[in-house]
Amino acid sequence: MMLIDTLAQGLLLGGLYALFAAGLSLVFGIMRLVNLAHGDLIILGAYLILTITTATGLNPFLAVLLAAPVMFGLGWFLQTHLLNRVLGADILPPLLVTFGLSVVIQNALLSGFSADSQKLAAGTIEAQSVDLGIVTLGVMPLLTFASAVAVVFALNQVFYRTALGRAFRATSDDQTTAQLMGIRPQNIFAIATGIALVVATIAALYLGTRANFDPSIGPARLLYAFEAVIIGGLGSLWGTLAGGIVIGMAQALGASINPEWQILSGHIAFVIVLLIRPRGLFPRAND
Amino acid sequence: MTLNRNLGLCLAFLALTALYALPAIAPRAMVQDLFGILTLLVLAMNWNLLAGFAGLVSVGQQAFVGIGAYAMFAAIILAGLDPLVGVLIGGIAAALFAVPMAFFAFRLNGAYFAIGTWVVADIARLAISQWKALGGGTGTSLPKGTAKEMAFVDQIKELLDVSSAAAADALTYWLMLSLAVGVLIASYVFLRSRMGLGLQAIRDNENAARSVGVDPVKLKALVFLLTAFGTGLCGALAFIQITRVTPDAAFSVIDWTAFVIFITVIGGIGTLPGPIVGVAVFYLLQRLLADYGTIYLIVLGCLGIAVMLFARRGLWGLFIDRTGIDLLPLTHRPPRMVASRPAAHRRSA
Repeated sequence: MMLIDTLAQGLLLGGLYALFAAGLSLVFGIMRLVNLAHGDLIILGAYLILTITTATGLNPFLAVLLAAPVMFGLGWFLQTHLLNRVLGADILPPLLVTFGLSVVIQNALLSGFSADSQKLAAGTIEAQSVDLGIVTLGVMPLLTFASAVAVVFALNQVFYRTALGRAFRATSDDQTTAQLMGIRPQNIFAIATGIALVVATIAALYLGTRANFDPSIGPARLLYAFEAVIIGGLGSLWGTLAGGIVIGMAQALGASINPEWQILSGHIAFVIVLLIRPRGLFPRAND
Repeated sequence: MTLNRNLGLCLAFLALTALYALPAIAPRAMVQDLFGILTLLVLAMNWNLLAGFAGLVSVGQQAFVGIGAYAMFAAIILAGLDPLVGVLIGGIAAALFAVPMAFFAFRLNGAYFAIGTWVVADIARLAISQWKALGGGTGTSLPKGTAKEMAFVDQIKELLDVSSAAAADALTYWLMLSLAVGVLIASYVFLRSRMGLGLQAIRDNENAARSVGVDPVKLKALVFLLTAFGTGLCGALAFIQITRVTPDAAFSVIDWTAFVIFITVIGGIGTLPGPIVGVAVFYLLQRLLADYGTIYLIVLGCLGIAVMLFARRGLWGLFIDRTGIDLLPLTHRPPRMVASRPAAHRRSA
C-alpha cells in the first residue's frame, strides 16, 4: 500500500520534471542547443508570475496567461540576438553563453527580489485532494501531471501535424536543404526557443504554487530536466515525459527510505539508465 | 622572437622571485589574498587543459575540489596524518574518483558530457553529506591548531620571524604558488610534446587525427585524470586555509567551476597565458565592485558572454592578434620546403 502510494506520488512528481524538461527537449531536438540557463529561466518565469499576481491581484493561473507572451518574446529575443550567433559545429560557445546567462539571471533575480523564498498563492485548490480508493492524490499534483501530458501532446501535434512542425523537423534534419526550401533557420530557432519558454512558464506556475522558490534553485531544476531529456532519448518528447517519470519515481522511492536520499536516488537512476542504454530509452532513429 | 622570448623569460623570472619573496615583505592579508587568486588560477589552468585543449567541457570540477578537501580532512581527523600528507592524499583521491567518473561521463559526448559531469559532482556532494564521521551535511572543522603544527611551519617561523599562523599561511601560499608554476610548466611541456600535438589535432579534427594514429579516448582520459589530480591537490590545499569544510562549500559549482570557467573564457580559452590574464581581470572586478554585492557576478557573466560573441580566444587571443607577441606559443612551425638548394647549410627552424 505504502509502495503504491509512493509510486503514485513519484509519477505525479515526474509530471513536474517533464514540464521542466519539455522545452529543453524541444530546443535540443531542433538545434542541438544545450541551454544551461533553462532552470534559471523557469525561476525567472516564476518571479514574473509573482510580480503579475502582486501587481494585479490575479490568480496565478490567470497571471500565467499574461506571463507566457512576455516569456515567448524573451525567448525570441535571446535566440535572435544571442544564441543564433553562437550556434555551430563547436559546442563550446553556446554552452558558455548559456552558462553566463544562467549566472546573470540568477544574480539579477537575487539583487531584484533578494534571497527570501517566495510562493505563488493559488487559493484553496492547493490543499484539496481526490480519494481514488487505493490512494489519495493532491489536486495540484494531478493537475501538474495532466498539464505535462497535455503539453507533450500539444508539442507533438505541433511537431508532426503543422507546417511549423514540418519546418522544425526539416531544420533539425538538414539545415542547408531546409534553407533551399525557403525556411529561415534563424526564425525557426527563435520560434522554438519562444515556445520552450512558454512551456517553462507553465512549469514555473506549478513550481511556484507547489513549493517555495528562491533565485538559487534554478541549476538543480536544470539537472532534473536534463536527466529527464537524456533518459528519454534525444528529440523524443514522449520519451522526455517517461524520463521525468523515471526521475520522479526514483526520487519518491529514495525519499520514502530516507528523506536525505531523495535527490541522490534520482541522480543514481539517471546514471543506471545511461549505463544500460547510453542513448536513452526512446532515441530517435536518425541520430 | 628570441629577444622577445629572453625578455619574457627575464620578466617571468623577476615576477616569480617577487611572488616567492612576498611572505617575507608583504602583510599577511596580502598573502592570503594572493593565495585565493592562485587557487583560482590553478583551477582555471586545469579546466583550460580540459575544455580548451581536450575539448572536454566539464561542469563537474567541483567534484574533485570537494573530494580532495574531504580526503584531506579524513586523513587529518580520522587517520591523524600531517596536513601536507593529507593534501597529497586529496589529490590521489580525486584522481581515483576520476576513473569511474570517466567511465560514465565518456559515454556522453559534447553537451551531454557537461551535464553528466555536473550530475556526478552532485552525486559526490550528496554521498559525502551522508558521511557522519566528517559531520554529514553540516560539515566539520580542522582540529584547533592543525595548521600551526604542520611540518616545516617551525622552520618558516624562525626564518621569517613571524607568528605560527603567518608561517602556516606562508607555507600554504608557497605550495599553491609552486602548484601553479608546476601546472603551467607541465601543461607547456605536455602540449608541446607528441601527445599534446595529438590532443590539439583531436580538438581541431577528430577524424583526421584518428586517421594518423592518434587515440582520442586514451589521450582525453589521460588529461581527465591528470587535471583531476591537479584540481584535487588544489582543493585540499585551499581547505587547509579555510579550515572548515561543508558539502555545500566544498562542492560549490559557483565557487569552484563557474568562476573558473569565466576566468578561462575571459582570459582566453585554449591559450596557456589565458587563465593568468583572466584571473587578473577577475581580481580587479571583484575589488572594484566589492561594495555592490552580486553585481560583479552579473558583470562577469556578461563579460563571458561578450567574449564568446566577439572574441572567442579571449583577451589573450586579442592581444596576440594585435601585437603578434605570443609568450607561450604552442604552434609548431612546419618543416621548410627545400626545392632549389640543399638543406644542409641552412639553419634549421
